[in-house]
Formats: sequence, structure tokens, C-alpha cells
Amino acid sequence: MGQMIAHALQANALLAAFAFVGLVMAVSALVSRYLTFGRIHGSAIAIMIGLALAYAGGVATHGKNGVADLPLLAGMGLMGGAMLRDFAIVATAFEVDVDKARQAGLIGAVALGFGTLLPFVVGVMVALAFGYRDAVSLTTIGAGAITYIVGPVTGAALGADSAVMALSIATGVFKAVLVMIGTPFVARLIGLNNPRTAMVYGGLMGTVSGVSGGLAATDRRLVPYGALTATFHTGLGCLVAPSLLYLAVRALMGS
Amino acid sequence: MTIFGVALLALCTLVGAVLGDVLGAALHVKANVGGVGIAMILLIAGRLQLQRRGRLAPDLKLGIEFWGALYIPIVVAMAATQNVVQAVGSGPLVAIAAVLTVIVCFIAVAVISRIAGPAESMDEIEARERGAPLSVAAD
Repeated sequence: MGQMIAHALQANALLAAFAFVGLVMAVSALVSRYLTFGRIHGSAIAIMIGLALAYAGGVATHGKNGVADLPLLAGMGLMGGAMLRDFAIVATAFEVDVDKARQAGLIGAVALGFGTLLPFVVGVMVALAFGYRDAVSLTTIGAGAITYIVGPVTGAALGADSAVMALSIATGVFKAVLVMIGTPFVARLIGLNNPRTAMVYGGLMGTVSGVSGGLAATDRRLVPYGALTATFHTGLGCLVAPSLLYLAVRALMGS
Repeated sequence: MTIFGVALLALCTLVGAVLGDVLGAALHVKANVGGVGIAMILLIAGRLQLQRRGRLAPDLKLGIEFWGALYIPIVVAMAATQNVVQAVGSGPLVAIAAVLTVIVCFIAVAVISRIAGPAESMDEIEARERGAPLSVAAD
């Protein structure tokens, strides 16, 4: 019986991965609702669980591909691989409303520009401090500080090491969680009580999950304004991180 | 038809990938330069074109939106297949980078908002729209 189940899972590896990730998402939704009272978005918890599972998989198999090295979960490699990931991320651009982009205006664009550049510079500096010297790793970690999507998209495009990709994703997720938790505490300090500041905030902080979670905990009415600019954040990052920013880092590092 | 949406998405992603590689080769970089971003721009342009011609059918949209809705689960799968064991060996890089980034960005929000001048707060806007004083508008 057990062997038959194992065979079915291996013969339908991608379906097994869909079911497994569904289970992870369900657990994360419960954790989000009952342990964090909705403070931390379920998607961020799911990604953290994913990273934890990758650690467990790596310890168990001594492999480099996280849970995908377990025969029953080999399909995770296909589901989380570059092809489906790029496909799904490009699809999110379909929800971009060009008319709404005009509403955000100049201040939204300025915030987006800084929201891409500042995290990248901070990420690269920290990576430098930890001894990374090659342009690909530096760019990938810097991109992860923009969002946890921009990091791996950039890393995959540049051919970064999987461990560096993991660092990059983890940095982005940790940033999103900090934004979700920290926003209500600093809201008054940074004047976050009006739509315009909410748009600036959305452009600077990035990650839609972090921004919508943080604003919902601060003032629910501000969520659409923050989300308006935040939705462009990942797209902009995916466009400039593996191109302009990488070339700049390469020019500075000399390789 | 739903497949038209999926096909459009696939086409945009593929063209983006090719253009990213071409750009990389032109710049003498061994990488895909901005392919995903280019694909996103193509998809937005495609949507606008379809909208103008009234061809943006619900089932076509479904073919694209389905994949957009799956992107978090796919990112979870991606996270679960990284070499985290080796990454953990790098120490507190993640925590330091994330904390510094968030602090810098919070400060930038305050600075940019202040440079832009005072803005009407959400409470003031609602009070004005209802034509009522603040204390009454509070809910």
C-alpha cells in the first residue's frame, strides 16, 4: 500500500507538489490567523515554512535542492523552478491598471525609485561586509532586500548560487515581516495618516504583502493607496535589478 | 478561450526571455538582463491593446489571472528548494540586511513626505466629505 502511494506520488511529481504546497498554505493561514492574529500575512509565513522545510530537507539528504531532493517531493523542483516562477510573476503584471499608475503621479514615482535603490544599496553593503566580492552574489542579495521576488528573479537571471538565492529570499521575507509588524509603531513618527504618505510608503517599502499588512494594522482606509504604488515595486525591481543595478555593481567591483 | 490568455502570457514570457538574453549578449554579460521585467511590460501593453479593441474576454483573463494567483504558492515551492543549509552558515546577514533596509526606508518615507509639504489626513478628508466635525466623524 505504502509503496503504491509512493509510486503514485513519484509518477505524478508535479501534482504531489501542488498538493503539498496547498497543505503548507493551509497551515500558514491557520498560523497567521490564530498565532499572530492576522498581524503577519499568511504568504510570508508560508515562505518561512518553505525555507525551514528546505533546511530540513538539506539536513536529511545532504543535497543542495531542499525538499526537492526527497524522492516523494521531487516535483517541488519543477513547481518552484525558473520556468513556472517567471510565468507566474509575469502574470501578476496583468492586474496593473495604467490609469491608476497615473494617479500615483510624480511623488509615487520618486518613492518607487528610492524604494528600489535604497534597499539595494543597503543589501549590497551588508553583503560586502559579510565578505561577498562577486558582482552576481552582491546583486542577488541586494535585490532580495528590494523584495523576496526580485531577489530570486535576479539571482536566476544572473546564475547565482542557490545558497545566495536562499539568503536573498530570506532577506526579502524578513523585510516584509518587519514592515508588517513595525508599521503601526512608527506610523505616527513618519506621518503615515494620509493617502499621499501612504503612496510614498507603498513605493518605498515595496512588497505588497508587507505594505497591505502594515497599513491594515495602522489604518485600513490607507491600504488601497499603499497597494497602488507597491504593486509597481516588484515589476520595477525585476526590470532594473538584473540589468542597470547589476551592471553598476559589476562596474564597481571590476568583474 | 482560456488558452488564448495562457498563450499570450507564455508568448510574453518567452519574448521577454529572448530579449533579456539578447540584451545580455549585447552588453557582454553572461545573464538574462531584465527579461521578466520586459515580459511584464509586454503583457501590460497586450492588455491595453485588447481592451481598446474590446477583445478582453473574461475567459481570456482567467487564463492569465489563474497563474498570477498561483505566484505565492510557486514562490513557496521555490523557497523550499533552495540550499538553505549552506545559507544558514553565512550567519546573521539576513537579519542585519532586513533590519537596516526597513529603518532606512521608514526614514525615507518621513523625509519625502515632509519635503512634499503638509497633506490632508484621512480623518480630515472624511470629516470634510461628511461636512461634519472630526469628533463626530470618528468611528
